[in-house]
Amino acid sequence: MQLSARLRGAIALAGQYPLLAGVDLDVREGEILVVRGANGAGKTSLLRVLAGLLPLSSGDAFVLGLEPLQDARELRPLVGLLGHRNGLYDDLTAEQNVRFAVAAARLPRARASLALERLGLSGQARALPAGKLSAGQRRRVALASLLARQPRLWLLDEPHAGLDAEHRRLLDELLREVCSEGATVVLASHEEYLWEALATRTVTMAGGTVLDGLLESWLPGGEDAARAVEVTNVA
Amino acid sequence: MWRDALLVAGKDLRIEGRAKVALNQVGPYALVVLLLFGFAFDEDRPLLENAAPGLFWVAVLFSGLLAVQRSFSLESSDGAVDGLRLSRLDPAGVFLGKAAAVALQLVVLEILLTLGIVVLFHTELSGAALLAVSGVVSTVGVATAGVAYAALSMGLRVRETLLPLLLAPVLAPIVLAATEAWRSALHLSTDDGWRWLVLLGCFAAVYLAGGVLSFGSLMEET
Amino acid sequence: MRSVLAPPRRLTRALGWSALAALALNTWWGLWLSPPDVVQGQFVRMLYVHPAVATMCYAGFGLCALASVAWLLPRLRSPRWDRLAVAGAEVGAVFCAATLITGSIWGRASWGVWWTWDARLTLTAILFALSLGYLALRRAVSNPQSRAFVSSLVALLMALTVVVDHYATDWFVTLHQGETLPVPSPTVHGWQLATMLVSFFAFALVFAWLVVHRYRLEALEERYDSEAFTLALQARRSEGEGVQPPPHVVKIAPEPAGQGQDRQPVEVPSR
Repeated sequence: MQLSARLRGAIALAGQYPLLAGVDLDVREGEILVVRGANGAGKTSLLRVLAGLLPLSSGDAFVLGLEPLQDARELRPLVGLLGHRNGLYDDLTAEQNVRFAVAAARLPRARASLALERLGLSGQARALPAGKLSAGQRRRVALASLLARQPRLWLLDEPHAGLDAEHRRLLDELLREVCSEGATVVLASHEEYLWEALATRTVTMAGGTVLDGLLESWLPGGEDAARAVEVTNVA
Repeated sequence: MWRDALLVAGKDLRIEGRAKVALNQVGPYALVVLLLFGFAFDEDRPLLENAAPGLFWVAVLFSGLLAVQRSFSLESSDGAVDGLRLSRLDPAGVFLGKAAAVALQLVVLEILLTLGIVVLFHTELSGAALLAVSGVVSTVGVATAGVAYAALSMGLRVRETLLPLLLAPVLAPIVLAATEAWRSALHLSTDDGWRWLVLLGCFAAVYLAGGVLSFGSLMEET
Repeated sequence: MRSVLAPPRRLTRALGWSALAALALNTWWGLWLSPPDVVQGQFVRMLYVHPAVATMCYAGFGLCALASVAWLLPRLRSPRWDRLAVAGAEVGAVFCAATLITGSIWGRASWGVWWTWDARLTLTAILFALSLGYLALRRAVSNPQSRAFVSSLVALLMALTVVVDHYATDWFVTLHQGETLPVPSPTVHGWQLATMLVSFFAFALVFAWLVVHRYRLEALEERYDSEAFTLALQARRSEGEGVQPPPHVVKIAPEPAGQGQDRQPVEVPSR
């Protein structure tokens, strides 16, 4: 069993305020990890730490075998982050937005088109400036940018927000597909249906820590974790 | 780095082409500033003619502040900065690209403002070489310093008021030197304008080098 | 844990008293002992305040710049330099304001105007504005590491302006007095020179005393912040009290069977 990410005692600050107050977490390769927790529990900060955008003030972190801060240049292109906001340029069209993301990742432009198609964005929607699209469409454009870059670690913060039922199914399908190809997904969400439907594992965050982040804590014998093909939850 | 700079500059200019903020908003603002100077000095013709270069460069300073703020507000309005950070773009390239886009917009504004002072303050253009060269070098200085400081203040809550406070005194020596260079070119002073160009060149070089070297860290400091 | 910049209480107190004494001496010499100037009359007495104050202003910003460079160098980096930088900047800003005020008063007395647009004065005013920006920036950034980093960059740019300021008088024909103190042939001599030197000494002591105290204040604030941090960490963790993760069901893959037998995953209750 490979670990996509490993955090031990991670403390991250905003000024003097501890966003993360000591996180222990294992993320297995190829799993869809759903992070639950109340607002303000630290889910967004956790995703940012995994992306290498939020430095730790103490503790260890390994993401995709790299140190998020020291190896940032290598790590960041391998990671895809979708935050609360979409990260789009309102005056550029959907197509131009994704193309820019692809070019910035030094990847062939054709990927942009394919990604947009996969997210169900038609020719009409693609030619509109992003500012004129609906919230759901903007979310999908942002997801297309992510998909086009084909990251090994997907970090999503409430990705289903603003999507209708059809597109939620589309996203779930996409995430399963991506995982079967070797990527890992860490998803922060309030949506209860995800816990059953999509997640191969869920963890709970509260007070800046992850309550059940370590794999050993789930299993009778630590070594058995390697053989746990599926860790599911009963809500 | 250069490839990334072109990519970012292209993106910024394409956005400007679509949104036309510099053309439709900053340009008229700059012209109104010139008009206000005219009103404030009560149509004192010899004074306005003498002061024209200074007023020109102050108007460029104000326009520069707006242009630079706009350059970063389009990154932060939807959180696109994270996208830049997670990409393979060289931060130095991002810096150069943004500075180049701002500089280009400012040059267009400066041409507009030059027409403005010719019309409003009856400036007679002469010494075109010095005017053009010092104009370009000053613009590079304003754009590079502006983009660097705007990046610095990007993540801060008070950035709309902090950026002018930080940037205006920093740009003041450029305004000073550029004004003297233009006064010399327009035969309003007997000073050697090319000497001021050296000073302008130094400033531009310092901010250019400083920005290229530190932009990677500046993009992180939120 | 005492550093060279945190001298023992007694030494600082001695510094304070000697600064006060030197100022008193300066005042006495300046206002009484030293004779009025042939040309400037009583107004020459500004000579015993303004140049010293201006020099200390440059000293403050110079200190800030040097400390910032020290902080930026990876091998030398330490919070000490950051504290020194802010101490230098704040004290420098105070002296800069004093420079502008005393200069303005002197200008009014000698030339009849409160302000005049010459290079050195204007650039000193710009320097003051820069220092206000520096201090405002420090207040706006809460993370100590990033605060130290951006402050040091801005400090270097301030240093650049100081250098320009100094040489601006060569490039401009100005009203401002040229250098009065290259010692070989001072345009000020006798009692006036002596008193001026006393003033430099006095204000230098005041400057040092202020820097030491500002440095100490910064160190105290850091200690307070780190103690507050421990409390904040506890408070943060306690937010999660009472939250229980749901029970899990874990399916473990069977032992890998060489013949590719397909066995069902075994369910194991967690913990």
